[in-house]
Amino acid sequence: MNQVIFLILRRMRAPLVALIVVYAISILGLVLIPGTDAEGNPWRMDFFHAFYFVSYMATTIGFGEIPYTFNEAQRMWTVIAVYLTVVGWLYAIGKILALMQSAAFKQAVVEQAFARGVRHMTEPFYIVCGYGDTGSLLVKSMVQRNMRAVVVDVDADRINELELEDLDLYVPGLCADASLSLTLNEAGLKSRHCVGVVALTDSDAVNLKIAITTKLLHPGIKVICRAETHDAEANMVSFGTDRVINPYDTFAHRLALALHSPGTHLIYEWLTGVPESELPVPLYPPHGTWVLCGYGRFGKAVKENLDKEGVETVIVEIDPEGTGCGDLCVVGRGTEAETLMSAGIEQAAGIVAGTDDDANNLSIVMTAAHLNPDLFMVARQNKRDNDEIFGAALLDLVMQRSEIIARDILALLTTPLLDRFLRLILKESNEWANEQVSRLSAVTGEVVPDVWSFHIDDEDAPAVMEVMHDGERVALGDLLRNPRQREEWLECIPLLLSRRNHETFLFPGNHLTLEPGDEILFSGKGWMMERMKWSLQNLNALRYVQTGEQHASGHLWRLLAGHRVDS
Amino acid sequence: MNLEKVIFGFFIVLALTLNFGFFIGDFDNPAHHNVYELFAAIVINLIATVLKFGDRTQMGAVLLATSLVADLQLIIAAIVWGYAEHVSHIGMNPAIMGSIVSLSGGALLANITSVVLLIIETVNLRR
Repeated sequence: MNQVIFLILRRMRAPLVALIVVYAISILGLVLIPGTDAEGNPWRMDFFHAFYFVSYMATTIGFGEIPYTFNEAQRMWTVIAVYLTVVGWLYAIGKILALMQSAAFKQAVVEQAFARGVRHMTEPFYIVCGYGDTGSLLVKSMVQRNMRAVVVDVDADRINELELEDLDLYVPGLCADASLSLTLNEAGLKSRHCVGVVALTDSDAVNLKIAITTKLLHPGIKVICRAETHDAEANMVSFGTDRVINPYDTFAHRLALALHSPGTHLIYEWLTGVPESELPVPLYPPHGTWVLCGYGRFGKAVKENLDKEGVETVIVEIDPEGTGCGDLCVVGRGTEAETLMSAGIEQAAGIVAGTDDDANNLSIVMTAAHLNPDLFMVARQNKRDNDEIFGAALLDLVMQRSEIIARDILALLTTPLLDRFLRLILKESNEWANEQVSRLSAVTGEVVPDVWSFHIDDEDAPAVMEVMHDGERVALGDLLRNPRQREEWLECIPLLLSRRNHETFLFPGNHLTLEPGDEILFSGKGWMMERMKWSLQNLNALRYVQTGEQHASGHLWRLLAGHRVDS
Repeated sequence: MNLEKVIFGFFIVLALTLNFGFFIGDFDNPAHHNVYELFAAIVINLIATVLKFGDRTQMGAVLLATSLVADLQLIIAAIVWGYAEHVSHIGMNPAIMGSIVSLSGGALLANITSVVLLIIETVNLRR
């Protein structure tokens, strides 16, 4: 644990021995050389005076010749001793300074600070491996939602970025290889507060190793992995990784969703965004033929999803053989007008610029807009740094891979119920989704709403449990009333209610009777959660929102009030 | 053979022998206890202590602890000597010599522990 101290001690051995030796020689010399006292009698310096003299001489303080003026022999020895001890000190101090500057020492200091930061985590936290575009966005959103995180990345620059980031909570960062179990241990994998590991590095092999390490060393905590190939995905799922996210599939799937079920897509965006940020506006993509530029891993996934939705697509690809689209595509980059013309851009409803080069994607949509100003334009943004230029291009939809993945993971981490909710709404129609969007927008206002959930149990809702225990019913609508003024409704809506027997209710109505063990997902303004907690935890508040009566609070008063009603 | 081990063993044993040399003799007879020997014992003990720095094993920790005890005892003995001679002006007498020698006796015990530990470690090393 005290690696730094051990390192200092080990490196300081030689300088310290050197100092002890030069002190010993100097002191001994002074003691042995005969001198004379003030009256001229023979006198020998004793160890006490010798040590005193050497102590101030060595540090070049120099109080003079004490206790009696030195003779020539003593002075000669003093000259030698001065050089010996001063050089000894310089050597020792130089060594200490060199040690402070050495990379190994700095690394040890940083690691110790990190370990301390992790040790002091007393709330549930997640380990995020990989602090690239996705990782940084995820950590930022997590902090916004008051979730603690520990970051591990192999790239020192990224850890520096983390330190510069202005986050509201302290997020310890370590520059180390996350595929080593030692690193994960240092990041607090075995801590009882560690509730999950998110593996977001660029390498499938590393993510796989992280997942296996976690499953073996701390079974039972959540593991979420990113995998670029279906092979790795199957491998990770095989040993129980809780969720594997394939960036290309997820991304393409969300694009298809945005194109053909904009309402559902919007609910997705609203519920997984960074709270308090600006609310995304609804989109209405036109139906018709779509031009798809780029047929790589992403393009293929998009085509597959669009085919599923029954959308006709024309593919534009520079390398038909390499990507395997054969004769079906228009050959070209898509950045030139001719290629787009031969792909039928003038009659198309929309264009998806989906190459892995941001400059090309922008060039494609700019050229296409020139040829057909009514086009619905979708571009893929690969790098987060290009936010500004993509914003300035006035596109209908920008699909940023890292953002989509970060949102998906955030949904998983916030509450498992949110993930279930988002899967359930996929089965609903777009019209249904649009209706829910209008209901949601009534409570959210202009900003991204908060999402929270709680259980009907003794811990989360003691008041509700007590009322149920008395044999009375509590309706969901009771909880939605303002405990200060029951005629008013809290600005939040229940999204999903899950029963103990796995029965679920999407957007449950106010009349629904609550049962013990229910778990309810809400969305709305963040502080509404605090208001709702009143009714959940305080019996009087709950009685008030249910009946409008102000009840006596103490045991005695409750007893008396009960008597009066009985008699 | 490892030169580092030779030096290490040399200083630890030398610290013990010097300490013993100072300690031996009539308990309170100043003539039997040489100030140079105490000086040498302190210097060698300090060097032995520094050589034990930075060893992270359990054995290393105990060795360092015994050395620190010996240093403390010997330095206190030296301070007592200096105080008696120069500060209080009592001069050396059997009572003070007695306390100096008993302090160095404590240091001797610590040094013996140190050497015993070193021997145990060496015996356990079967090569």
